[in-house]
Amino acid sequence: MAKKLVVIGAGMASGRMLENLGPDWQVTLFNAEPRGNYNRLMLSPVLSGEKTYAEIITHDADWYGAQRIDTRFGETVTKIDRNARVVVSAGGETPYDALVIATGSAPFIIPVPGHKLPGVVTYRDLEDTNTMIAASRPGARAVVIGGGLLGLEAAAGMAARGAEVTVIHLMGHLMERQLDPSAGYLLQKDLERRGIRVHCKGATKAILGNDRVEAVLLEDGTVYPADLVCMAVGIRPETRLANDCGLEVARGVVVNDQMQTSDPAVFALGECVEHDSQLFGLVAPLYDQAKVLAAVLNGETGRFQPVQTATKLKVTGVDLFSAGDFAEAPGREDIVFRDPGRGIYKRLILEGERLIGAVLYGDTADGSWFFDLIKTGKDVSDMRDTLIFGPAFAAGGTKADPLAAVAALPPEAEICGCNGVCKGKIEAAVQGGALTLDAVRAQTKASASCGTCTGLVEKVMALTLGDGFAANANPAMCKCTDHTHEDVRRMIKAGGLKSIPAVMQELGWKTVGGCASCRPALNYYLLADWPLDYRDDRQSRFVNERNHANIQKDGTYSVVPRMWGGVTTPDELRAIADAADKFNVPMVKVTGGQRIDLLGVKKEDLPAMWSDLNAAGMVSGHAYSKGLRTVKTCVGSEFCRFGTQDSTGLGIKLEKLLWGSWTPAKVKLGVSGCPRNCAEATCKDIGVICVDSGYQISVAGAAGMEVKETELLMTVATEAEALEIIAAFTQLYRENARYLHRIYKWVAKVGLDWCKDQMADLTTRRALYDRFLQSQSVYQTDPWAELAERPADWAPMKTISLEAAE
Amino acid sequence: MNAVTQRWIEVGPLADIPPQGARVVRTPAGCIAVFRTATDEVFALNDRCPHKGGPLSEGIVHGASVTCPLHSWVFDLNSGAAQGADVGQVATYPAHVRDGVVYLGLAP
Ligand code: SRM
Ligand SMILES: Cc1cc2nc3c(=O)[nH]c(=O)nc-3n(C[C@H](O)[C@H](O)[C@H](O)COP(=O)(O)OP(=O)(O)OC[C@H]3O[C@@H](n4cnc5c(N)ncnc54)[C@H](O)[C@@H]3O)c2cc1C
Ligand code: SF4
Ligand code: FES
Repeated sequence: MAKKLVVIGAGMASGRMLENLGPDWQVTLFNAEPRGNYNRLMLSPVLSGEKTYAEIITHDADWYGAQRIDTRFGETVTKIDRNARVVVSAGGETPYDALVIATGSAPFIIPVPGHKLPGVVTYRDLEDTNTMIAASRPGARAVVIGGGLLGLEAAAGMAARGAEVTVIHLMGHLMERQLDPSAGYLLQKDLERRGIRVHCKGATKAILGNDRVEAVLLEDGTVYPADLVCMAVGIRPETRLANDCGLEVARGVVVNDQMQTSDPAVFALGECVEHDSQLFGLVAPLYDQAKVLAAVLNGETGRFQPVQTATKLKVTGVDLFSAGDFAEAPGREDIVFRDPGRGIYKRLILEGERLIGAVLYGDTADGSWFFDLIKTGKDVSDMRDTLIFGPAFAAGGTKADPLAAVAALPPEAEICGCNGVCKGKIEAAVQGGALTLDAVRAQTKASASCGTCTGLVEKVMALTLGDGFAANANPAMCKCTDHTHEDVRRMIKAGGLKSIPAVMQELGWKTVGGCASCRPALNYYLLADWPLDYRDDRQSRFVNERNHANIQKDGTYSVVPRMWGGVTTPDELRAIADAADKFNVPMVKVTGGQRIDLLGVKKEDLPAMWSDLNAAGMVSGHAYSKGLRTVKTCVGSEFCRFGTQDSTGLGIKLEKLLWGSWTPAKVKLGVSGCPRNCAEATCKDIGVICVDSGYQISVAGAAGMEVKETELLMTVATEAEALEIIAAFTQLYRENARYLHRIYKWVAKVGLDWCKDQMADLTTRRALYDRFLQSQSVYQTDPWAELAERPADWAPMKTISLEAAE
Repeated sequence: MNAVTQRWIEVGPLADIPPQGARVVRTPAGCIAVFRTATDEVFALNDRCPHKGGPLSEGIVHGASVTCPLHSWVFDLNSGAAQGADVGQVATYPAHVRDGVVYLGLAP
């Protein structure tokens, strides 16, 4: 008599296993879903309308009939009795000689308030797909939580049916497990082009609604209205049956190389298993498992060995490929290729002579060739130089000489797309005497707009000038790019680039994620240019700005509360004294900036100290920032016998207007009540000298590594004008200077006359002032108040005590 | 045989370490900086720069490197070796993530 095989779950894995199973077994196949095997992967084309369900059925009634499989669809197995060797379902007990658990995975649901409301779905089976199809009427609003493979396929599918879709993703970029930030950025851009809104770094706080979903609320307060919410945040192996009957279960049902569980009569395969501490979420290894298990059941030998998997996203028109390992590790090297114009990004990860990972975006034609190199571990050292160009180059052996490629271009080939400048025109300009990039820019407009063609223009110049060519004298920002700070700033504005990965991709960064020198600069440029859109990246900030305190040589910090215009009160002084006592501050010092410094504070004490100082009405003095530091004042007309104006009052007003703003380098002000200049205003970044007739505003002083007197910008009659001009001038500096250049260095480059012109033009000045206030509406907040609420972030993650370590 | 050469100590959820950042684990033998890269790899190094004792946990993390916050020496997170012209070595510890939890390997 044939032996009885019971299979729980008619999914992708068990389907393949049954195809390979020999005739000796009498099979009973249970499935919780009211249908047999279909191609689950293809639910996405069904959702988007590119396929119908009928087209994705893999095994129909005829097939099961021919195999004489007893199908029990829509019947969930509720229990396994291993002693009696039966499984229990609504239809009673079914005996087995061998049992296969192939129950797949269950979607993970984040238990936020509202997660049980009608209208919240996951994405796993046909029912989910049909619910989403029904909800995706044109104009309907859908929110997808989770920007991984599944979430994005759900989003694209619903968008294709006309729904307005928003994707909320916890991490900084989409599909972070398969893609690096650059590829994630390109993907986001492609999805946005299809009308899908993407919200990264978004943590869901609650799903709102009375009888059904109405909206999704994020931790940052954003609310997205929603008629349907799809949670696609991950899966976990469906191990309940195995657990209940006492099989060995870790994260999945533990199996050996023969897919056998801890009970020799029970096998498991698919996403529900754990093999060698590894879980599986893509079908390729599951098919291998299926073949091994079929062989074992057929009485042959088989041994499961997991293979590398590659990922593709099934969204029509999005070309993405990732395989292997792309984490940073010693001895690993990256080869990066970017073609900003065509939205292409390729990154190969080499370890020694072998290719171990690949991320491709925009052009995935060579994906399988790279994948093969990864799997076979072939030595690629002899084709390393051209590896990134794919098999065509590897075979032909032609060296990719970039200069030769440019030389081969005909004179009418377009070099600068923005301004339609061809190669011949640049050659003519150079021959006519334009020997520098700036001269070529001025004469031809080539590379004068978005600037991404700068490298090409320089190559044309090099070819035309031969040895006479000297590359742009202004040095590149850092080793990660050939562009200068000025070019990067210009291109950020021209290209509407609003994130660090966007800049790195569109400007062809040569490294994967930048360095400690370019990241802080980019973070500043982005927040200065897009105050409302860009979100500050704390991790791209130097320690002092990240921790909102000055780090000291011994790793402690100093705390400087703001003392507006250098004026304080007995209450503030008492609070400072109390804080100094409470936190054992080793030194209390009056600074050169007219305020008090508490030095030597331990990092974990910072939040508590800040909250004490906050309670006394004090905020951070930003003594650590590339931003407004102090406004020094003198006593002025209120007290001094020589004072001409209320210099103290103006200083306080200026500090209240400017504090909290981030600037390319630190900004210090001084306001003196008369030309005796007791506030040392004439060596500050911006200084005001009060005179009988009004206010002399002068700029570009220095008293640090260089000493330099300020130069007069303008004299005005009223305090109101002085405030507006100083804020507008600060904004001019914020928008144009390169990172780490103090005002005096920047003015030396752009010229004081240019600054004067900008200030004299009322429209320009007013627009600058308005943009400054707009930025302040976001950034003028006290970081202490915000951070004091999260003391845990400032303490060690864990303290391992002596006992524990013994 | 097979002497136990290290103990794995749970130090907390990966989510507690910001990507491209670090957190400190305090031990009787000094602080250990646990780094998380942009690609969610974790590395553990002594939190003391061999130059003048700077807390490496406060440096900017780029790729699998960290730049010391005090005088900008750069260290490879894998080997703990100073990069470029600087010469120095930081002790490293094994670290890994399992089910979203970070474990540190310490000598028993
Ligand atoms: C606390 C203070 C010294 C004091 O005890 O008075 C101070 C302390 C530091 N200064 Fe200063 N400066 C202080 C007033 C000044 C002044 C005087 C002033 O502001 O009127 C100057 C000259 C004016 C100027 O800024 O040009 C000054 C010019 C500098 C410079 C040189 C800047 C330059 O562009 O040339 C640096 C280095 C830098 O910024 O790169 C610097 C850097 C530093 C740093 C932040 C060094 C660092 O990066 O770690 C010091 C932090 C020490 C610590 O452990 O906390 N400090 N520093 C003063 C804080 C003022 C405040 O209340 O915010
Ligand atoms: C929309 C979507 C797109 C995908 N795209 C891709 C892709 O492009 N590439 C890729 O490699 N992978 C993709 N996957 C993943 C792939 O589908 C899974 O890896 C694969 O289906 C897992 O196979 P399985 O047999 O382990 O589980 P499943 O296919 O999930 O089958 C398990 C079956 O067991 C049933 N079951 C569970 N418990 C019981 C019980 N107690 N009694 C009876 N029956 C039970 C379930 O109802 C289910 O039908 C995608 C998945 C989804 C949902
Ligand atoms: S002058 Fe400034 S930077 Fe130099 S030691 Fe004194 S506080 Fe530090
Ligand atoms: S202490 Fe680290 S570089 Fe000086």
